[in-house]
Amino acid sequence: MNRDPDRHKIFTRRAAMLAGGKAILLTALCGRLYYLQVVEADRYATLADENRINLRLLAPPRGRIIDRFGRPLAENQQNYRLQLVPEDVKGSEIDEVLTHVQKIVTLTESDRRRIVREVRRNRAFVPVTLKENLSWSEVARIEINAPDLPGLMIDVGRSRRYPYGPEAAHVLGYVAAVSEKDLDEDPLLKLPGFRVGRAGIEKVHDLDLRGTGGSSEVEVNAFGRMIRELSRREGQPGAEVMLTLDMGLQEYIAKRLGEESASVVVMDVRNGDVLAMVSNPSYDSNDFNRGLSSGEWQQLVNNERSPLINKSIAGVYSPGSTFKMMVLLAALEKGVISPDHKIHCSGEYELGDAKFHCWKRRGHGFVDAMEAITESCDVYFYEIAKRTGIDRIAATARKFGLDEPTGVDLPGEQGGLIPTRDWKRATRDEPWHQGETVIAGIGQGFVLLTPLQMALMTARLANGGRAITPHLTRAIGGNAGAPRQPADVQSMNIPPGHLAIVTEAMNRVVNHPTGTARRSETGIEEFPMAGKTGTVQVRRISKLEREQGVRKNEDLPWKYRDHALFVGFAPVENPRYAISVVVEHGGGGSSTAAPIARDVLVEAYNRQSAGPGLPIAYDDRPRNGNSDSATASSGEPAPTEIADRGEGGG
Amino acid sequence: MRSGLSTPELTLGRKLISINWLLVLLISMVAAVGFAMLYSAANGSMSPWAERQMLRFAFAVGVMIVIATVNIRIWLRYAYVLYFMALGLLVAVEVAGYVGMGAQRWLSLGFVNIQPSELMKIFLVLALARYYNASAIEDIGSITRLIVPIALITAPTILILRQPDLGTAIMVAMTGGAVLFLAGVRLWKFALVGIGALAAAPIAWQFLHGYQKKRVLTFLNPETDPLGAGYHIIQSKIALGSGGLMGKGFMLGPQSHLHFLPEMQTDFIFTMLAEEFGLVGGLALIVLYALIVTYGIIIAVKSRNQFGRLVAGGITTTFFLYVFINIAMVTGLIPVVGVPLPLVSYGGTVMLTLMIGFGLVIGVGVHRDVPVGRRGEAEGL
Repeated sequence: MNRDPDRHKIFTRRAAMLAGGKAILLTALCGRLYYLQVVEADRYATLADENRINLRLLAPPRGRIIDRFGRPLAENQQNYRLQLVPEDVKGSEIDEVLTHVQKIVTLTESDRRRIVREVRRNRAFVPVTLKENLSWSEVARIEINAPDLPGLMIDVGRSRRYPYGPEAAHVLGYVAAVSEKDLDEDPLLKLPGFRVGRAGIEKVHDLDLRGTGGSSEVEVNAFGRMIRELSRREGQPGAEVMLTLDMGLQEYIAKRLGEESASVVVMDVRNGDVLAMVSNPSYDSNDFNRGLSSGEWQQLVNNERSPLINKSIAGVYSPGSTFKMMVLLAALEKGVISPDHKIHCSGEYELGDAKFHCWKRRGHGFVDAMEAITESCDVYFYEIAKRTGIDRIAATARKFGLDEPTGVDLPGEQGGLIPTRDWKRATRDEPWHQGETVIAGIGQGFVLLTPLQMALMTARLANGGRAITPHLTRAIGGNAGAPRQPADVQSMNIPPGHLAIVTEAMNRVVNHPTGTARRSETGIEEFPMAGKTGTVQVRRISKLEREQGVRKNEDLPWKYRDHALFVGFAPVENPRYAISVVVEHGGGGSSTAAPIARDVLVEAYNRQSAGPGLPIAYDDRPRNGNSDSATASSGEPAPTEIADRGEGGG
Repeated sequence: MRSGLSTPELTLGRKLISINWLLVLLISMVAAVGFAMLYSAANGSMSPWAERQMLRFAFAVGVMIVIATVNIRIWLRYAYVLYFMALGLLVAVEVAGYVGMGAQRWLSLGFVNIQPSELMKIFLVLALARYYNASAIEDIGSITRLIVPIALITAPTILILRQPDLGTAIMVAMTGGAVLFLAGVRLWKFALVGIGALAAAPIAWQFLHGYQKKRVLTFLNPETDPLGAGYHIIQSKIALGSGGLMGKGFMLGPQSHLHFLPEMQTDFIFTMLAEEFGLVGGLALIVLYALIVTYGIIIAVKSRNQFGRLVAGGITTTFFLYVFINIAMVTGLIPVVGVPLPLVSYGGTVMLTLMIGFGLVIGVGVHRDVPVGRRGEAEGL
């Protein structure tokens, strides 16, 4: 049957051997599969999950900042940003990808440096933001090119927006990218594009506003694109911070100041609520969030009106005549004069070889305490300062909190300077000269105050000598917390009679025919203003200039002109608002500063009467403290029941 | 003689009846597994792969049946012609082929692109079978009688290596070796060639392309380059391992569907199957393959002529090599050499080659009683 049985036999044997070999190899494959899929299954299952599951940190929305009526001062808006996940850029360098991206969206050289730095700093799976605030067309172009751009994704983020821009910038501050030295345990800080408060309220309440991060487990594909979310743990959104500011008033002041380089602080004398704090000129917080170009930055830094400085808390000025209330109170307390003791002003005052002038060259004649303040007689104050001595003047100023920062809830506050003999010996190693006391008597020389301190001094004069402290935060997270001013705000123990003389004198400054601010009456019968003007020489007009015809302040270059100051309160009876106005190189206190103070307080009054029309009924209850009605001016009964409740929640 | 009389009785109808339909069924089952996996690879879509693969398979089944009915003596007669035609095409690829995936493998015939190296796998078996069909048992032992077969094997192997296509070159060489082995070449001669190959390995290393060297090195230690050359192996093992005993379910393999697994519709389709159907699925497919191989061997052994035996044995071995090399590669047992999983991986030329091969194997079965002389004449010795 078979014609070549030998060959067939050999073939069959060989085929059997080959089949055996194949069986062994297939068995080996089965064993390998068993090893991978059963023995090592758990290990590979874990690796597979590591492959596909990414843990992503969720940035909580930053808390809003609102004014006392709930108007948003800082809020979040959506924006689109382009992000890069470094580990998904396989096989090519970040640089190559960036070059590719540059064909689609513009990236500056400094952007590229920042991106490379962030890529190096973070772990490879942390996305790095290439560009913020993408336009719609940019978003579309990136989406179209997505297949060619591994590791890139578009993220919908939130960015900080300040609806009022410059008008409250110094109070609110701004947020900016996290820097190396900010990094701490909070993993949120490592999120790309995360912002931290850099100045103002944003900085002071940064932790409250920030909230805590959530996390989300997402499934990603091999290219790092998110496929779906597996689980999510929500973080805690940042708390909403309510300020004591009345943004309407703040806006009005900013408008009223116009181009002036100035500070205006309005405070509630009853509880220290800062209702307005304007430092002019200002900057736009939105620009800082966006990131300033070096040109814009240089412009801000080199501006001689220093828009970056919050003059209200960081500008120190000689208080000038606005300091005379302190000198008078010190003299009365020491008993070196009685209120109706008259001192003769001839227009000049001699002390040893030195001659000091009154602003009124012809002199005021005989003036008593009240007239001296009303007409701002310098000679009177030279004399009583000399009699009182610098240390006693300083002691009174200290009672008003003028020797240290007020402790307002803003960063970067300066403390001003109240000189004493010890201070001079300690810092300058020189003895105190009596002439320096005389100069301090009119608030010049060494004495320096911030506008906030001036407002605080005025508020403490107006509220019957109670040591309120200024603050800007009204509530955090809807919770007012403990009252900022305890019901028993410490009395400064100024004899009420002395205070009455000073406040009446301040009333006459505005409302008496001889007052230095008589042209700045409010014209509202139930809302008269009291105050004190001040004009501070920045530089004496030299003899040479006088000969060249420079007589008046206005003839000088801007930066040599006098500072114009005014402190005041209103209404005169049962005061509510205290104000300080400092206009740098603004000319005269009575001509420039007092009208501004009048306009601002009238606006505050109008806003108060227009209460029901405002978004939230104007809360004109004293927050606390006014229960001490004996020392407060009479009139409206003190709402003690509110004081007891501490006004939780507002 | 009785067998001489049987030839005229083999009508087309009889031939069709005597086709091993069980083998055809097994082949179709494996192909169906392939369709399902291609459907899954496209995330539950017939396009782009499953649909085209089905059409190709339908066409290839037709080709297979036609080939199975062709008298085996015709294949013997044209064995050398076909071999040299394929060799000529390989030379043509060298001269005029175009480069795809970094290697010069394809030849465009205008309407279709063909891969001559695939055809060579079959035609080499035919040529060697013809050569040994003509050799007497006592001649096989002679050294000089080895010169022609070794030349037949070496020429295409070198041409394919130059493309460069290491996987196919190895397969062509091993297939040729298997035919020699089945023909009865002495075992010590294989041992000698094996030792010679080992000795030549360092020299051959010099001729390997950069990517080939890299693949071998990566195979030896894949973790050194997890995102580069080692990526395929690591991801494939992760997919397999995470599939576990029962798998993740049809169309639910995360590694595959999230694209961590590269080339899942071609070389790594077994990984996807094992991820989605687990060890059970993987073993089931291997069993199907084993059955096909077994049928092939049975057909070979049952054949009454040496040509048929060698053709069926050789082609079955080629098929086995596809299966083994691919699965060993994706499970990390051997380096990644780019061999598809037969009947399952997406690809037209390989499908057609395999089905031509199966046509020949089935043809051997159909014509198992056809007497084939040493020179292909009906009345042999």
